[in-house]
Amino acid sequence: MTPYEFIQRDRDQHPPALTPDYKSTVLRSPRRPLWSLDTSLSEVTGPRFGHDALGPLDHDLILNYAQGGEPIGERTIVHGWVLDEHGRGLPHTLIEVWQANAGGRYRHVNDTYLAPIDPNFGGCGRVMTDEDGHYTFRTVKPGAYPFRNRVNSWRPAHIHFSLFGSGLAQRLITQMYFEGDPLIPHDQILGTIPDPAARSRLVAALDFDFAVPLDSLAYRFDIVLRGRRQTVFENKLQGA
Amino acid sequence: MKPFTRLRETPSQTAGPYVHIGLIPAQAGLDIFGQSLGDRLAGPEARGERIRIEGRVLDGAGTPCTDVLIELWQANAAGKYDHPADRQERPLDPHLHGWGRTGTDFRTGVWAFETVKPGSVTGRRGRPMAPHVSLYLASRGMNIGLSTRMYFPDEAEANAEDAVLNLVGPLRETLIARQESRDGLPTYVFDIHLQGPQETVFFDI
Ligand SMILES: [Fe+2]
Repeated sequence: MTPYEFIQRDRDQHPPALTPDYKSTVLRSPRRPLWSLDTSLSEVTGPRFGHDALGPLDHDLILNYAQGGEPIGERTIVHGWVLDEHGRGLPHTLIEVWQANAGGRYRHVNDTYLAPIDPNFGGCGRVMTDEDGHYTFRTVKPGAYPFRNRVNSWRPAHIHFSLFGSGLAQRLITQMYFEGDPLIPHDQILGTIPDPAARSRLVAALDFDFAVPLDSLAYRFDIVLRGRRQTVFENKLQGA
Repeated sequence: MKPFTRLRETPSQTAGPYVHIGLIPAQAGLDIFGQSLGDRLAGPEARGERIRIEGRVLDGAGTPCTDVLIELWQANAAGKYDHPADRQERPLDPHLHGWGRTGTDFRTGVWAFETVKPGSVTGRRGRPMAPHVSLYLASRGMNIGLSTRMYFPDEAEANAEDAVLNLVGPLRETLIARQESRDGLPTYVFDIHLQGPQETVFFDI
């Protein structure tokens, strides 16, 4: 592998820390600019995870918490490629996902929404990308749910994603949305991202190629992590 | 691969209030996976001085945040990361993975790790970096994860030479923990201030 530094993060692709329309950011956003750090070994390295860390059902949210039955909801396959900014597939990359059940309720001690818990649905899963950087997991489509922001703020159906690349600087947490959801243009969380083109890259497309006839629909969500810089005419990072 | 492909990084979104379900399910009250990933920071046989690192995350009103995910990444006691990009000729420690994750307590807002003190890693231009751990924070109200470092107060000499501490000048104090003792275990207390006069330095890494 090439142990060098990462391409600088393009902050224009991301939401700023302070977005008052999403009120929780007001007290939780640093007010000083971030300090740009010359990359050291502390940032180009990071935790690595082996396929053996995962159980055989970790990527199947329909079965991984089933208590003698299956969860209610639209049977859904989510798949895609994890790539770097150079378009290279990233193999053996850990993806962790979590979501509400089909009624919009999380199995979480702090979620008190009216919709019922589904006895057969945990709502979290994990998967590693394969040799080509492809991943796939199976779940039921999450429901929309209200949250305290404006009087009538509803989250579109979404799945939370957490990714590790090969170095700490690639760490990414994001959310995936579903094509055609009428709540998308009204969402104050997706709306924290200023660039409409960037927002659209979080909306997964319906993908009949991966659907299983008479069984499950499929959506495709590709994820891009930062790429490594090509360093030819400069002193290499020490110790690397 | 096409020769001139240049893709844009996927945008970040908040981890939200239910981040525990996915990343620290035990804290959400969920017993689901055979193996929890963040629990093997430093095994009991890891080499080096055993320490505890703890703190809180304080919002702009000074209130401890009770729903924050915290991840820690560190070198071993010899100053080597468990990662192939670290080619320093130093020993790996099979009992130190160097990565852990936890959440701030739902009631008190305190987070804590038990580990060993990291050694000094060589930084840029061959200059040693003072011992430190890297921290990553994500939660409701944070649109993108925050990265910072915690340094040790009992490393004054190394801290004085550290390029990052010197870069931030007078704000360096926001990156240095306070030392205490808990039941004989050296404990470093590191409160992270998201805003205000003591706002912690966060990095664009
Ligand atoms: Fe959510």
